[in-house]
Amino acid sequence: MVSPRARQNYDGVVLAVPVTVPYQRYSIETAHWWMGRALRALADGAGISHRDFDGFSTASFTMGPDTAIALTQHFGISPRWIDHIALGGAAGIVAIRRAARAVQAGDAEIVACVAADTNQVDTFRKTVANFSRFAQDASYPYGAGGPNASFALIARHYMDRYGATREDFGKLCVAQRENALKSSHALMKKPLTLEQYMSARAIAEPFHLFDCVMPCAGAEGFLVMREDSARGLGLPFVRLLSAIERHNAFPDDPVQERGGWLMDRDELYGMAGARPEQMDFVQTYDDYAIISMMQFEGLGFCGIGDGPQFVRQHTFTTDGSFPHNTSGGQLSAGQAGAAGGHLGITEAMRQLMGIAGGTQVKDAKLGLVSGFGMINYDRGLASAAAILARA
Amino acid sequence: MTEHGPKRHAKNPLQRTRLPLLPPSARSRRAHGLTLAAASGRFMLQCCAECGRYAYPARDACPHCLSEDLPFRDAPPRGELLSETTIQVTSDPYFRDHMPFRSGLVKLDCGPVAVVGLHRACGGPGSQLELSLQIDRAGQAVLFAKPLLETPDMENDPQWRELTAHPKDRRVLISDGRSPVALPLAKALARAGASKIFVGVFDRWKPFETEVAFDAIDGVECVDLDLTSERSVQDLARDIGAKVEILVNTADHVRPSHLFDAGLTNSAREAMDVTVMGLMRLAQAFGPIMRVRGADGFAGAVAWVNVLSVHGLSSQPKFGVQSAAHAACLSLSHWLRGELRQGGIRVINSFCGPLDTEWYQTVPPPKVDPRSLADAIVDGLIRGLEDIYVGDVAKDIEARLFDNPKAVEREAGR
Repeated sequence: MVSPRARQNYDGVVLAVPVTVPYQRYSIETAHWWMGRALRALADGAGISHRDFDGFSTASFTMGPDTAIALTQHFGISPRWIDHIALGGAAGIVAIRRAARAVQAGDAEIVACVAADTNQVDTFRKTVANFSRFAQDASYPYGAGGPNASFALIARHYMDRYGATREDFGKLCVAQRENALKSSHALMKKPLTLEQYMSARAIAEPFHLFDCVMPCAGAEGFLVMREDSARGLGLPFVRLLSAIERHNAFPDDPVQERGGWLMDRDELYGMAGARPEQMDFVQTYDDYAIISMMQFEGLGFCGIGDGPQFVRQHTFTTDGSFPHNTSGGQLSAGQAGAAGGHLGITEAMRQLMGIAGGTQVKDAKLGLVSGFGMINYDRGLASAAAILARA
Repeated sequence: MTEHGPKRHAKNPLQRTRLPLLPPSARSRRAHGLTLAAASGRFMLQCCAECGRYAYPARDACPHCLSEDLPFRDAPPRGELLSETTIQVTSDPYFRDHMPFRSGLVKLDCGPVAVVGLHRACGGPGSQLELSLQIDRAGQAVLFAKPLLETPDMENDPQWRELTAHPKDRRVLISDGRSPVALPLAKALARAGASKIFVGVFDRWKPFETEVAFDAIDGVECVDLDLTSERSVQDLARDIGAKVEILVNTADHVRPSHLFDAGLTNSAREAMDVTVMGLMRLAQAFGPIMRVRGADGFAGAVAWVNVLSVHGLSSQPKFGVQSAAHAACLSLSHWLRGELRQGGIRVINSFCGPLDTEWYQTVPPPKVDPRSLADAIVDGLIRGLEDIYVGDVAKDIEARLFDNPKAVEREAGR
């Protein structure tokens, strides 16, 4: 069994230089190109050479056959610590967790964490068709609906069990679009009304067009280092207070109705010395609004099954009662593959640094980011979350 | 004839024939345990030999105790629907032609949760369902759920019809009308709703006692077909090749013989010409046109049935030539299956024990009534099987081959 020993804290670990390489719906470039752009932006932002990054952490679905090691040669770097995190939407938080320990232990001084994916014309179909062995054997041959179909089964069950309605999902989607209109990074630039959301064409019941993220190409990146290093380089930074991850939680639930956050949230808030209601904003992993609602529940913003009620009671724009996915989230910014798990992190960093521009939440001091990923067969297996604080 | 669902319409000659596409066919090696079960219509899932729990999807270690001993075992084909969706949009070209697609999450009575295809007659979440493993157009096993009780016109469900080879509204060629199984087969196909049944007859100038009986069946037409003549087979294919959606090769040549008989090779050559070469001639003439018509509407080309002796799997000394010929046909059927799969055409082999007919006079019972063989073939088409074992002898050999093929060989003919 897992030892009850308290985890070591993250004192002195900071994140700096949030980077977003502007997304494109389709790209003729490879994932390597996108990763190169992100790495360049990180080096420029830090004011040092990319060769000075002695830690290098990557995440991507479309970089095959390469992993992080091949990229060291591709980009001409000689890190002493590398990592390749194949965890999709949970990769960003997990990258923070691993990099934080590396810099704490002195295995690396500065870790560049980058997620990048391209979206060529046929990329999405190929990714979905080759996602996992269980998916190939036991879910893809049933209509080849991809994640839309798999999450539709989860959503339908959640609606039946807890009384969520399409309007509840729609409220989150519409609020995120409103946020996106103020963001310089979002691909979706047209306003969205609840009427448009409700009357959009069906994709996989109960999902309609605006329930689904738009696959695109893009890259996100940030640096993890000790506070001393950041100060030495003269970089603004945010503090890492706590972070959790959990995989294949509650395997005996016949249909997924909760993620792994529930198992570790006490530790998340305990390490941070904070409570859910102290968060000034929350960035959830929103491949679908239903998954955001599971995060509200699992992360303690409301009780299990109270997601629909919670959505009805709050407003989710940057000036709302519960500022949520302030950059528009994946639903409005686009889903750049594995970078979708990093998008909330870079946005949270900007919020806490006070450089979020049009989407800035007033006086944001504490923020929660969560990740979710890898629908290996019938459910998302990986869940993760982190609490970040203004320095 | 019974009332049909959608009537066959004369095809618009200006309309392009849709080309067959296949559903996603990548599978792990372990998952082919499901293919084995689906081929003969069984419902089998992995069951841990150490802890006794079922596991799905197919895997290499038990998730409960990590045992590697995970044989496929018969499982109760029941479950409860937990959730469902109707997929309207997919990026897969095959499924784009088959939208919308209803699928569900089912809690199987034996434990695991499975994604399945759902018959449109199934109720919503909470419904009890009957599961089956089916061979899809790509030849791979998939799970399909139907309601526990039959409802009218169940065979017309588009998803279910893709997984079967129902004769309803389809046109069939029976290659040898003189075979004892041909007449009962024509009757059974007509009962199942076949819209036309061509019956090939060689040497029509010779007495053909069953012709009157054939003529009495609605939709039957006797045609000249000599499987030993390349020209005869090609001529018929030119005439009706584009009208055959199901082909049943009933050709056989049964003669008791001994391996040391003088002149055996002459009679063996004759047997091979009818059976093995006959199958090859049929394949060459009818295979290509059937393969391109695999997606030709509601009643497009769908199946090729070889009526084989179970002794093609294990030689019967008294009928050694027939055994060898059918072993060769079996091998050829696998070749043909690979070719026809590209068009989504199912190749079905029926393996039958000795029939209760003249040429098997000296063989002791149990023997198979040709009507039983005919019914088993039509049942196999309706259920979408790939291997059909007919009669007690065939089922016995199937089970024993699975258990110990050497024992079957040593005990042959005793």
